[in-house]
Amino acid sequence: MDNGLSRFISRLPLKPRPLLNRQEIKPGVYVLRFERNHDFLPGQVVGITTDQSIAPRLYSICSGTNEAWIEILFNVKKDGILTPLLAQLEKGDLVQVSRPFGAFLGDEKPAWWIAAGTGVAPYRSMLRSGLGNNKKLIHGGRTADSFYFETEMKEAFGKDYIRCCSQESGEGLYHGRLTNWLREHNELPKNHMFYLCGSAEMVVEVRDILISKGVAIEQVMSEIYF
Amino acid sequence: METNTIHPKQALFGKTPNELKAICSDLDLPAFTARQMSEWLYKQQVVSMDEMTNISKQNREKLAENYEVGRVTHSNVQTSLDGTKKYLFPTSNKRFIETAYIPDADRATLCVSSQVGCKMGCLFCMTGKQGFQSQLTAGEIVNQISSLPERDKLTNIVYMGMGEPFDNLEGVMRSLEILTSDWGLGMGARRITVSTIGMIPAMKHFIENSECHLAVSMHTPFHDERKNLMPIENVYPIEQVVAMLRDYDFGKQRRISFEYIMFKGINDTPRHVKEIARLLNGLRCRINLIRFHPIPDTPLQSSDEATIQKFKEALIKKGIRTTVRASRGQDIFAACGLLSTKELVKQQVSDF
Repeated sequence: MDNGLSRFISRLPLKPRPLLNRQEIKPGVYVLRFERNHDFLPGQVVGITTDQSIAPRLYSICSGTNEAWIEILFNVKKDGILTPLLAQLEKGDLVQVSRPFGAFLGDEKPAWWIAAGTGVAPYRSMLRSGLGNNKKLIHGGRTADSFYFETEMKEAFGKDYIRCCSQESGEGLYHGRLTNWLREHNELPKNHMFYLCGSAEMVVEVRDILISKGVAIEQVMSEIYF
Repeated sequence: METNTIHPKQALFGKTPNELKAICSDLDLPAFTARQMSEWLYKQQVVSMDEMTNISKQNREKLAENYEVGRVTHSNVQTSLDGTKKYLFPTSNKRFIETAYIPDADRATLCVSSQVGCKMGCLFCMTGKQGFQSQLTAGEIVNQISSLPERDKLTNIVYMGMGEPFDNLEGVMRSLEILTSDWGLGMGARRITVSTIGMIPAMKHFIENSECHLAVSMHTPFHDERKNLMPIENVYPIEQVVAMLRDYDFGKQRRISFEYIMFKGINDTPRHVKEIARLLNGLRCRINLIRFHPIPDTPLQSSDEATIQKFKEALIKKGIRTTVRASRGQDIFAACGLLSTKELVKQQVSDF
């Protein structure tokens, strides 16, 4: 039965783009690559759906501004409608994609990039767009295989790549939630920007910790999976 | 009365006539049973299937195998010294929402929730602190009205409780249809206001498919400042929200308003008045100034009364109709921005 939103969806400015590649980088976690028709700024999002009957969701672009395509990162939500379909797309299938937009933008200034789960996506775009200097990446995940793009991030950030694993321990991992890691660090660089990307729960909790440690609200920039 | 437990059966309350027809057809019931059901559900507002006395017992039993009415009574209520009441309603999956009943001299407003929790993460809002748990169905939204002990006194409904209504577009639009349709509760659309932080695509759909009033949370006219207060500004900037509103003719009766919480030293200066006037220039709308009701650990404070009055007068001088919203129910955490069922949220879902 029509959910009443087909007219809403059909009027959204989405354009079909052929899928160039679909890669399962961890169980249930995928990178989709499709043709790029617009320029974008590192940190921007695109609206994506498979067809006009399903409301699009916003995904951060995870590829660099000088790459020939656009890539997004997603994990399959068990009770979701869109992500199980995205996970079944084959090369050449059409994806409905909006123009890139959004103001969660990286720049050259020193910053801490804080992510939970697939919230690492915009930072990979920023890194691949040449904005990785003076940055620390703090990535939280439940299990040891939640650190997407781990090899690339290790190489780029070295000791400034912190992986916080809440449910498992492992070599090189901090065992605990990233909020615990932040609570244990009393000296935060007050002149840095703090980028937050993840679920609403993660963003509001991290923001409260940063503010309680004296970081000004102007120094905190948040992107929530809306 | 049906109980406050999880509903393994599907709720009929919240279904539109077309959906009720489909159910009748699936169960081999006469087509006119759908109309009888919608009459019982929305006109008579019954709470049990047994009350649908013009449907045969046999057909009621057939329905009851998979369906129930789905109305839920509140599980708690707190009453403020000022008469405001805060109701706690259980939802599916053992979750809870809050609904604020705000009686006044000549009107009674109900502030309904549209989601359990909220994804928007606004810095100043208590609901945001609990994160997002689930969407409400249309039935769960309308139930807050139909199951309210004071439902016959209500003059206005505002979608300003827990959640961002346009992040639950399907549930909210359907609930508005039930509230305003002749087959539904038959309320006038002008008695209903839906409030949003400005999700542009869904707002367009609402504007074109509903006659209800619209309220937009502005809180500051400046992009960089609003990003700090409201993460949604990164996705749908207020400048674009206002530009979109300019594309529509709302007529004389339909009201567009902007909500503006007053934060001391942050958004309460003459510079802000000037920028609001520039942003809204020529748009027929009003501004509602709201005192900030502090939440735990917040770095924000409310502007003082004198500043709020001065701000109001300055906006009026710029030709913008401006009011200050009365703060109601603060002692029971029912006031604007304070609704939360965080204590009742199971923590295991939010690990990261």
